[in-house]
Amino acid sequence: MATESPAKTPWYDTVLAVLKANQVEIVAYVPDKVLAPLIARLHADPYFTMIPVAREEEGLGIATGAWMGGKRTIILMQTSGFATLPNVLASLVIACQIPAILMISERGTMGDHQLAQAIVCRTLVPTLQTLGVEHHRITRPDETEFICDRTIQQAYKTQAPAALILSPLLTNNPAWK
Amino acid sequence: MASRQSPVTRDIAKVMNRADITRRLVARLENEEAVVGGIGHTNFDLWASGQRPQNFYMLGSMGLAPSIALGVAIAQPQRRVFCLEGDGSMIMHLGSLGTIAMVAPRNLAIVLLDNGIYQITGGQKTHTSHCTDLVGIAAASGIARAEWARDEAHFEAWVDRALAEDGPWLIGVRTDNAPPAGVTDRDPVRIRERFMVGLGVRK
Ligand SMILES: Cc1ncc(C[n+]2csc(CCOP(=O)(O)OP(=O)(O)O)c2C)c(N)n1
Repeated sequence: MATESPAKTPWYDTVLAVLKANQVEIVAYVPDKVLAPLIARLHADPYFTMIPVAREEEGLGIATGAWMGGKRTIILMQTSGFATLPNVLASLVIACQIPAILMISERGTMGDHQLAQAIVCRTLVPTLQTLGVEHHRITRPDETEFICDRTIQQAYKTQAPAALILSPLLTNNPAWK
Repeated sequence: MASRQSPVTRDIAKVMNRADITRRLVARLENEEAVVGGIGHTNFDLWASGQRPQNFYMLGSMGLAPSIALGVAIAQPQRRVFCLEGDGSMIMHLGSLGTIAMVAPRNLAIVLLDNGIYQITGGQKTHTSHCTDLVGIAAASGIARAEWARDEAHFEAWVDRALAEDGPWLIGVRTDNAPPAGVTDRDPVRIRERFMVGLGVRK
């Protein structure tokens, strides 16, 4: 992987490389401004099958069907998208032991100006904890590859969903730009 | 290509029986086609039609059977994939029809079993009992091959076309309120594992 200088490699390039290295070929998403550069690069790379879905729940359905059929999927969303998912996580993904990979852009914290986002944001980690879903917050370029790669590997080895949370410390921090 | 009139309308489509329609579908499957049955009584009748290893019975996640079937269709483009979905479930995820139309998997067919009610929760009326035409919505969502089945023979003819020609398809079937022909065993992990064996992903 091209990471001679982790601080210089943008997080989205690291994520793209990790997805390929782990044969995650299908990407379902509802857009988010922070995720925009990742979404654009994934669209530009013919390795990935890109599926813009109308609701995040559809992404979990697609991930479930695709995995049962032998292919790996990541679902990209923002915090408010995650907040729509507990029923489907509980009654489909966890019940059937599906290794769905969620990547969540954490909005509503560290300087967000939208009260609605801030309130939704408080539900993110408690919900993941309540559901017992493995989750990690990524805050630095030099930990991005390790956390993403290991978390994805563990999800498939243990047949369990996992959530990768992209903190503003990573995605909106002038120090890494 | 998107919106246009279906030759058979919901008003003139015969009211058929879900268990019978499910058996007619399954009887035509000769190449290990996958079938995903949605929540409600849809998966019950799929279960009762014979527990093929290529059947997936969705027990929670109301409305997601078409999305799961889409995932299977993308992962295994050489296999035909059918989805059995109730009207109450379908109105919960209308956006997924647009997603399916956009991805346009040639190997996917949705069979909409429209009894006009949420039968499993006590028979409350859904939108389709009042005014909503789900075949029309599917067509307007971009699924060009969306049709109501006039009767059983017409349904079988659509299934044969869905087995031979490119999709995606949505076949609307009006059904009665007869009880289901069986009750699905509620063991999600076993259902999932068996399905993966049926799809050749697991030994
Ligand atoms: C999100 C959600 N809301 C409500 C329910 C309760 N529920 C389970 S099945 C069902 C009705 C399904 O209706 P339909 O798909 O038309 O199938 P039918 O019962 O008529 O066979 C409802 C409302 C649920 N399981 N999940």
